[in-house]
Amino acid sequence: MQPLTNRSKKLEKKPMTLAERAYLPAIFQGLSITMRHFFMKKATVRYPEEVRPFSPIFRGLHVLKRDEQGRERCTACGLCAVACPAEAITMVAGERKKGEEGLYREEKYAISYEVNMLRCIFCGLCEEACPKAAVYLQADKMAPPRFERDEFIYGKDRLVEPVDPSKRSERGIQLTPEQAEALRNKMVQQPA
Amino acid sequence: MELPTLGWQSIVIFVVFAVSLLIATYCTYAERVIAAFLQDRVGPDRAGPYGLAQPLADAVKMFTKEEFFPGGANKALFVFGPCLAMITALMSSAVIPFGNNLSFGNNAFFLQGIEVNIGMLWVFGVVSLGVYGVMIGGWASNNKFSLLGAIRAASQNISYELAMGLSLIAVLMISGTLSLREITLQQSSEGAFVWQDIFNWNIMKQPLGFIIFLVCAFAETNRTPFDLPECETELVGGYHTEYSSMKLGLYLFSEYVNIFVVSAVMSVLYFGGFNFPFQYELRDWLASSQGWELASAQNLITALGTLLLFGKIFAFIFFFMWIRWTLPRFRYDQLMRLGWTILIPLAVINILITGGLITFGVIK
Repeated sequence: MQPLTNRSKKLEKKPMTLAERAYLPAIFQGLSITMRHFFMKKATVRYPEEVRPFSPIFRGLHVLKRDEQGRERCTACGLCAVACPAEAITMVAGERKKGEEGLYREEKYAISYEVNMLRCIFCGLCEEACPKAAVYLQADKMAPPRFERDEFIYGKDRLVEPVDPSKRSERGIQLTPEQAEALRNKMVQQPA
Repeated sequence: MELPTLGWQSIVIFVVFAVSLLIATYCTYAERVIAAFLQDRVGPDRAGPYGLAQPLADAVKMFTKEEFFPGGANKALFVFGPCLAMITALMSSAVIPFGNNLSFGNNAFFLQGIEVNIGMLWVFGVVSLGVYGVMIGGWASNNKFSLLGAIRAASQNISYELAMGLSLIAVLMISGTLSLREITLQQSSEGAFVWQDIFNWNIMKQPLGFIIFLVCAFAETNRTPFDLPECETELVGGYHTEYSSMKLGLYLFSEYVNIFVVSAVMSVLYFGGFNFPFQYELRDWLASSQGWELASAQNLITALGTLLLFGKIFAFIFFFMWIRWTLPRFRYDQLMRLGWTILIPLAVINILITGGLITFGVIK
């Protein structure tokens, strides 16, 4: 028969030699192999103490960056939401009021900005689409596991780069426009 | 037998008991570490330094698991099965000579639980009783898979016990005694033997017998590649399918005690027991040029011999684990074929060869 590829091998079934039938030489061979492994370098990473470095191109949890003066970069242009193939990003835009120049960089800003981590595929298209260099996928942090589905919807409280880590809230809540307005008022009263 | 001797013997038995339990405990740890090392992993390292408290954690887990009795099971037998497995495993270590005699003043103390002239028969008798533990466990579970597993385990143990006994007969032909202490002493280099070299161990006279004994020991202790009693894939879990909690723990634990005992028996029978090369030279050197008393020099030799015997035992235990993580499990028909058509005839041939060599005076 014509061989289909040049890699095909002819299989032959020879009768076993005495050494093969005696079985013990093969056992010793196997023992020597496992013994070599006994002294090999261990592949284990002792996790909580020892963390394996992420790949430099790893895309993890989103972050909304601030500029050098601590103002939010995001202008709620919605390009990230448009670019998102999984439709994970939603936002509510608002106009910057007087006295809020220290909080938001542009006249328009995101009252609420939410990423649904259950939908997100961490493709990074949002950060490519962003014209203001506001949204990034962090290279060193993963979206942690949670118990409730609503906890996977990350609001601004968990996405915006915190000025002070102690100011982080505990869980992200999906905001209705009214709630977003309330949040906005609260943030005006206590500027970050 | 005087009272001090009895007191000493009870101490020795207690120590042997404790030591076998301790070694079996740490066998579970060693098994995991060795398995990990052979597979390029680290193994248990969370509980205590280097994971040394791991056996303790395992014990706590075993004891706090639910006690489960299958419906319609014979409760008394169900409890008795693992107990019997454990008792027989522990009993057989009583006759093993863990060292030569220590002498204090006029009293000589044997480092051996019971010095009997039927030591080998005792070990075999007790070990063969261990089959009842397996069989009762499988029967009392009221589970047809357990029963099938128990029958398999029992028939495996019985088959391999035959070859084991036959391979041992060649040793007995050479030594002419069943006493383990006598067999050990004969392997020392002081007596009148054909080979006056330092390695007067039975392994030199019985290499084939040792290999048969070793293979049978693997089958007897239900270790890989002959761990067919634990047949997860074919019979759910073998004879201990229905067992949970510490009753399962006892079955698993008795396996480790058995490994310890069979390693000790192999060291004693084939690897010279507590003898080691140059022991008499060392004693005489200490006694003559170092100015020691002969008795204390002898005591030192005894202590060293005991340590070395444990070294040999640990080497065997390591070998058991090394094999376990190297070889895959046999198929049941392969196991039976190996036992009946290869090992038993080989053991008989070994007896014939030994008999011939003794007749023609090659070995005594």
